[in-house]
Amino acid sequence: MSPMMLVLSLLLSAAMIGVAVMAVWPARSTAVAVLAAGAVSLMASIMFLVLAAPDVAMTEAAIGSGLTTFLFFFVLGRVRSGKDD
Amino acid sequence: MTAFLDIIGGLALVGGAVFLLLGGLGLNRMPDSFGRIQVGAKTTTLGTILVLTGAGFLQPDMALKLFLIGVFLLFTNPLSSQVLARAAKRMHAPEAPETVVDKYSEDHAETSEDEA
Amino acid sequence: MANMLVYIAAAIAGVAFILALYRFMRGPQAVDRVVAFDVLTIISLTGIVLIAVQEARAIYLDVALVYALLSFLGVIVVAKYLEGGEK
Repeated sequence: MSPMMLVLSLLLSAAMIGVAVMAVWPARSTAVAVLAAGAVSLMASIMFLVLAAPDVAMTEAAIGSGLTTFLFFFVLGRVRSGKDD
Repeated sequence: MTAFLDIIGGLALVGGAVFLLLGGLGLNRMPDSFGRIQVGAKTTTLGTILVLTGAGFLQPDMALKLFLIGVFLLFTNPLSSQVLARAAKRMHAPEAPETVVDKYSEDHAETSEDEA
Repeated sequence: MANMLVYIAAAIAGVAFILALYRFMRGPQAVDRVVAFDVLTIISLTGIVLIAVQEARAIYLDVALVYALLSFLGVIVVAKYLEGGEK
């Protein structure tokens, strides 16, 4: 592992822990928590890439950072608009 | 010749990274949401295009994929920033007072002062 | 020489990542966080391209292509959700 990759993974680990704490912090709105979960997934995907697993990184990008966030926001919108009936 | 291309590509990489740094800086320095949206759209577009160009100089066999990424980014980045700015306007995001132009009120205040 | 320039570019992009992360954690409005998330995604895309150049593996660029697609779609979906939030 080259020094650039080592520094990159250390920075990414610290950022992942910080954003994960932000995602579960009690006083945040749901939308911000979902966005923070997407950001954790983004950094996890780069971490997989640093660990030389591009296929896992691609899956994490498509499912974790993409589909999960879309699904959460879609369901949030549906739940809110169906509040009246 | 290859060394020359390598140095040009490396300088383009550093230039693009500097534009990304300016974007990050502007994201923290801008007073309101609309300024941040503008900074986040423009600097990242130019920075990423420069980095992709530099990567194409360094690794010429990757050029097709880099070109695809660049074209896609060039089409989608302004669109997403426009949609986001519209959402911010509809949410009534607060605007910084120094970014609002209201010449009529200024003129009106001046004339009323003159009359008084 | 070119190797060192790639390292310098990666370091500068890392500083930009930290700055955008600060705005992502702090941003008072939800829109600020979405913008910071978009910038984070694009800086990550740049980092992926830098890693691909450094390791000379073209397969890494597929991840960057996926991200170029996803950042656009994600911002559109979140903006649609936020637009409906004020009704």
